[in-house]
Amino acid sequence: MANERTQAPQPQASAADPMLKLTRVSKTFNRGTANEKVAIWPMDLTIDRGDFVTIIGGNGAGKSTLLNLIAGVFLPDGGTVVIDGTDVSLDAEPQRARYLGRVFQDPMRGTASDMQIVENMALAYRRGTRRGLQRGVTAEERALFKEKLGTLGLGLEGRLSSKVGLLSGGQRQALTLLMATLKRPDVLLLDEPTAALDPATAAKVTTLIREIVEGEGLTALMVTHNMTDALKLGNRLIMMSEGRVIYDVRGAEKDALVVADLLEKFEEVSGQAFDNDRMLLG
Amino acid sequence: MASALFSAITQGILWGVMILGVYITYKLLDIADLSVDGTFALGGCVAATAVMTSGMDPWLALLIAFVAGCLAGGVTGLMHALLNIPAILAGILTMIGLWSVNLRIMGKSNIPLLNTRTIYTDVTDWTGLPRDVSVLIVGVAMAAIVVGALYWFFGTEIGSAIRATGNNHDMVRALGVDTRVTILIAVMLSNGLVALSGALVCQSQKYADVGMGTGAIVIGLASIVIGEALRHVTPGKPSAFGSRLVYAVIGSAAYFLIRAIVLQLGLDANDMKLFTAVIVAVALGVPYLTGRWRQKHSYQREGATIDG
Repeated sequence: MANERTQAPQPQASAADPMLKLTRVSKTFNRGTANEKVAIWPMDLTIDRGDFVTIIGGNGAGKSTLLNLIAGVFLPDGGTVVIDGTDVSLDAEPQRARYLGRVFQDPMRGTASDMQIVENMALAYRRGTRRGLQRGVTAEERALFKEKLGTLGLGLEGRLSSKVGLLSGGQRQALTLLMATLKRPDVLLLDEPTAALDPATAAKVTTLIREIVEGEGLTALMVTHNMTDALKLGNRLIMMSEGRVIYDVRGAEKDALVVADLLEKFEEVSGQAFDNDRMLLG
Repeated sequence: MASALFSAITQGILWGVMILGVYITYKLLDIADLSVDGTFALGGCVAATAVMTSGMDPWLALLIAFVAGCLAGGVTGLMHALLNIPAILAGILTMIGLWSVNLRIMGKSNIPLLNTRTIYTDVTDWTGLPRDVSVLIVGVAMAAIVVGALYWFFGTEIGSAIRATGNNHDMVRALGVDTRVTILIAVMLSNGLVALSGALVCQSQKYADVGMGTGAIVIGLASIVIGEALRHVTPGKPSAFGSRLVYAVIGSAAYFLIRAIVLQLGLDANDMKLFTAVIVAVALGVPYLTGRWRQKHSYQREGATIDG
């Protein structure tokens, strides 16, 4: 039963609980019309604390839909989403923001171009807190943000007051990543964060993602179109096809995989060739 | 002639408070909010009724007009944010509805404010300056207070969330801000200022009329466009937020000055609205057309060399 809510939320979070637990979460678009499309079949998914999960799959596999369901961009048709012991199934996107850091595929979507770098960071620093009539950016914050920008190694620490619209796509994406983790998120959601970047810039941003997620021990889910990245990054890999998880591998077993294994696995489970028009094999 | 131009500038500055309101929705939120035609008249009607019918202090009447404008803006904001009605349509609905509300408030289609105490007679009494100078002083002071208040407000946490909303809804929601709330606050504040301006203008022209707001949105857009143009030709192209606000008011003064000049040159006052609409249409359309023209012009049939 897709619409059945199966489980009451855990009243209190404990370190042993999973960081993210989806229970029979499902989503169908355009229900009851000729364009009806099941994006996610009822799905159970448990993400442990500190898991760094890469998600791959063909076109229309439901990867972005899955992240959007977690982020609350739209509500599921059924099932529960529990983040760190709190049932957020019916919470809207702004309410869930306190738990989640997010990086979008389009570098333009993660930042406000007419505002200064420091203003963008201050907005992100207040993620999930109540906003009032205090100053939008304080002097202590400027110093903190300058130091954080320095860790990116992009020279942005000298351009605090520059408008974000003046930055390149790669710089904006790096800034978005920094903003998403400025206040430690329970779960970091990355939706093809390097897909819109040129290969050299994408490699730099990928390195930053790895440094930040691994360095701070974050729990993260990253949709990627790059199979090599999917294998190189993280401790767990999920392959999706037509709204289902068709392969879920972690630890040493994942480390032993190569790109050819993934393609073979995909064809074996889904019975068709891998079709992602942006997919990079290596 | 000189006195006509002086009074045009004064009028432009009183309207400048309205332009600042329109600036919030049009430039910061990227919404053309048509409710301002109704809320400008609302401000005038509320202030005139308060002063003439209820014998209220004219300064307090300004505050009441501001609050009334915020409430009317709230109606537009709620229709847009909560009921998902497109902003332009929500504004039209409020504007149309306010016509009846304004007539209800006044009980007739206009109220003269002759031989009564207004904020301007107060200033004339306090300073002993001529009336037209008093009006200018009040206008400049009001515009300065509003610019200062907006500068402060848009530097706060809520204010920066509103500015970010105009830039990027996705980002703002992902950072935990309900964009419906930021839009609602901005539209309320905007219409509050528009109504305040209506109250200032009604006390200066000594009457309130149900039709006094007709075309206000177009005057607002024209003034913003003129202000931006003046800002761009100013040495150093000041781009800080505060200077953008100041140039919105300067644009308003410039608009009313231009208007007075073309009227002096013999343009029929009834043709003024057409003239304004043409200014706005040209100002909004020209950048697009020149951009296309440039693109076509730079196209080379044989293919450009990119090694040069």
